[in-house]
Amino acid sequence: MKLNVNGRAHDVDADPAMPLLYALADDLGLRGPRLGCGLAQCGSCSVLVDGREMRACVTPLSAIGHREVTTLEGLPGLHARSGRAPTVSGLHPVQEAFIAEQAPQCGYCFNGIAIKAAELLAADPSPTEARVRAALDGHLCRCGTYPRILAAVMRASTAMAGGAR
Amino acid sequence: MSRRHFLKAGGALLVAIPLVPLVPLIPLTGAAGAAGAAGAETPAAGAGAGLPKRADPKSLDAWLAIHEDNTATVFIGKVELGQGNSTTLLQIAADELDLDLAQMSAARIDTAHSQNQGATVSSSSIQTAGPPLRAAAAQAREALLQRASVQLGLPVASLTVEGGIVRGGGRQVSYGQLIGKGRFELAVTDKVSLKPASARRLVGQRVARRDIPAKVNGTYEFVQHVRVPGMLHARVVRPRGQGAYGTIPRVVSVDATALAAIPGARVLRQRDFLVVVAPRQWDAVRAADALKVQWDMPARLVGDGQLHQRLRSAPTTDRVMVNEGDAVAALAAAETVVAGRFDGPYQAHGSFAPSCAVAQVDDGQWLVHCSTQDVFALRERIASVLEVDTARVQVRYVEGSGCFGHNGADDAAIAAALASRLAGAPVRLQFTRADELGWDNMGPAHVGEMRLCAGRDGRIAGYEYHGWHHGWMIEETAEQMALGREARELAVGPGSLYVNRFDAGGMYRIPNWRLVNHAVSGLSGYLKGANLRAPMDLQYSFASEQLVDELALKLDIDPVEFRRRNVVNARWGGTLEAVARSSGWQPRTAAPVRTGPRLAGRGVALGTHRASMAAAVAEVAVDRASGEVRVLHVHVAMDCGLAINPAVVESQISGMAIQATSRMLCEEVRFDERQVTSLDWVSYPVLRFAAHPKVTAIVVPQPDEPSLGAGEEAIPAVGAAIANAFFDATGVRMHVYPLTPERVRRALA
Repeated sequence: MKLNVNGRAHDVDADPAMPLLYALADDLGLRGPRLGCGLAQCGSCSVLVDGREMRACVTPLSAIGHREVTTLEGLPGLHARSGRAPTVSGLHPVQEAFIAEQAPQCGYCFNGIAIKAAELLAADPSPTEARVRAALDGHLCRCGTYPRILAAVMRASTAMAGGAR
Repeated sequence: MSRRHFLKAGGALLVAIPLVPLVPLIPLTGAAGAAGAAGAETPAAGAGAGLPKRADPKSLDAWLAIHEDNTATVFIGKVELGQGNSTTLLQIAADELDLDLAQMSAARIDTAHSQNQGATVSSSSIQTAGPPLRAAAAQAREALLQRASVQLGLPVASLTVEGGIVRGGGRQVSYGQLIGKGRFELAVTDKVSLKPASARRLVGQRVARRDIPAKVNGTYEFVQHVRVPGMLHARVVRPRGQGAYGTIPRVVSVDATALAAIPGARVLRQRDFLVVVAPRQWDAVRAADALKVQWDMPARLVGDGQLHQRLRSAPTTDRVMVNEGDAVAALAAAETVVAGRFDGPYQAHGSFAPSCAVAQVDDGQWLVHCSTQDVFALRERIASVLEVDTARVQVRYVEGSGCFGHNGADDAAIAAALASRLAGAPVRLQFTRADELGWDNMGPAHVGEMRLCAGRDGRIAGYEYHGWHHGWMIEETAEQMALGREARELAVGPGSLYVNRFDAGGMYRIPNWRLVNHAVSGLSGYLKGANLRAPMDLQYSFASEQLVDELALKLDIDPVEFRRRNVVNARWGGTLEAVARSSGWQPRTAAPVRTGPRLAGRGVALGTHRASMAAAVAEVAVDRASGEVRVLHVHVAMDCGLAINPAVVESQISGMAIQATSRMLCEEVRFDERQVTSLDWVSYPVLRFAAHPKVTAIVVPQPDEPSLGAGEEAIPAVGAAIANAFFDATGVRMHVYPLTPERVRRALA
């Protein structure tokens, strides 16, 4: 079956009931989406499907069809196509802000957090802190980097809302 | 990739051109996207030339290598766990070497070439691994300057170094040219002069962490990403949730009928160790679900409802840990005495990524990729399980998610090795969420009974603490199930396992002090125990710092002022003042208002692990109707001596504040009489994003003091500060945590 991932079409020979995560990690060799719970509880496997955050660990390939899948690796391209001002690093503003705030510790959860934050800022480039908190409530971080994630998402929103830097 | 071939980082060989400053080989950040260069623990630069022949700590070449291209590789033995080791240890070495951080890399931690510096535990990396690395770097610089002196015909004293370029008399030569393809061939000496504090360029600076760019752009390699040719995917098959430690679940019957429909799926077994393998990961997942196993697993656990009562009344082996003055007499004679019993639950590491390992054997040589905290100890363990010579096993560290102590990493590594041997193929084995939580080595539950008294002058006169808990378990589940190995418990071990002087009163001047450890046998119906970040510190401080507050209240002394009067030294005092200032602490002039649906409070507490000092102030809100406790803001000050990288320490403090909030409000391993029932993030809830407190982290500047650990101390301080803030808000003292809504509603009823 065909999968559209990060702007490219891929042929994947797999059971349609197989969750998307295993196709991305094992067939496409992507490092962004990763297994955390396999139960849609933690968010470490998240990807964007037509711009909406979904849990790849429980979403069967058959449910994806021809929709566009964006992984962490595809976030810079997504931003480049958004018509917003480019970043200095070429990364998505959320990724750039995570570096600026030195947010990750182990960094395993940051795949899903970057995906969710990118989804949020695409819909609302100037969210309130309360809205960021609510949007990210489904994403766990065991190292306890929530305060720096919050600061980074607010920083990214300023950068995106501010247009050119 | 073969074991003994190391790829050059960055893929570019830069040839040293005489007398021309060189472009750094390894970029500081991984933004360029080269996966090999992006990770902080890159394979050694400079091909095989600079690798130590063996990890002999007496040889300078075993500590670091200077390459022809004017870069350096250090062979450190402490792993990156997300705590910043891969940056901070390089800051130390680069400073002494007069190299830029961009010229430095650290060799991957691997039993084949790394220093055996013991496990990466107890927040000891900077404290114990920093000084020898620093001395080796200083000695290397001296040796290079001597060579430069000969080559340039100038005295050493007239030479300057910057970025590994030695200059003098209008000429220059690089370290890379001086060392060429050679090695130092020197024995490590302790007669080496270290740079004075005034000459530091990197130590003490807020250098950006080297691992972060690759972690956010998706190129970082976690152990979960390791793939080798011909590899099968594997999942262990165990009962859902561990039973009593020491009682190995027995396989009664296995029905693999359903596996026939799954391509390539096989079930493999050694005694009671069951594993399924398949070429595709999804097929291994499905096969593990489809396999029908009947287990014999007797109900021998105490159950979480009876846990603390059983601990308190169990037969024990008692040991007096501290006995100074006469605490019993002082307490008998005192006018003002407070006493109480405080219970702590089992808590899980709850590593975010299920543990994973890849094992392969090639011509009798085993290679296991995993995220253990101690590659050398695990190598011995795997060799013993496989019954092969230790020299036949190589263990390579690849970072997993934060482990916070002895999580499932070693268990998964042993399981992968066993599965690979059974399958006759390389195996990538990953736990499920239920395996990771249900078979975790839990931070032990604890019962603390304490009495405390003070004189009219507000000075502590007597302190007595009795603690009940079991020890840490030694056998990993995979080896127990595969070999039927007898369960063992570490009842005599590192200091933190016992009620100890650090968190049980050590921050105060106590003339009459008695600490008694009551060791319960962990083989009598309890869970697998192990060190969980800030091992036992939170359990002790939950009791001790709450009673300190209660005593201050009884004496009508402000809790900050009471601690100020009693701290044991000026550094504890300075840490307390730093947090009091940050939080704008003011003594109350009137009783707190405790009416209305939402109660507000603030609390203070001190905490440590072994050496560093932490002080916290927490502000909480309690919803009387729902019982929900919200921590709004946590201030934490820490004195860890010289902070190599204050930004990294602040990150650690902030993470600890959040984790301590989670452990104080949410976390408790549930289990019935048969097995653990906390198997996912619903049955083992942790603090979620929306409810996280604001954190203000303060690093107390101590540029002239030796560096101490910085990864655990805030946990006991913050946890107890939250408990004290809860009392301040409600007037009700909590004697057990976590402070779940249900428990709080009952306490306030």
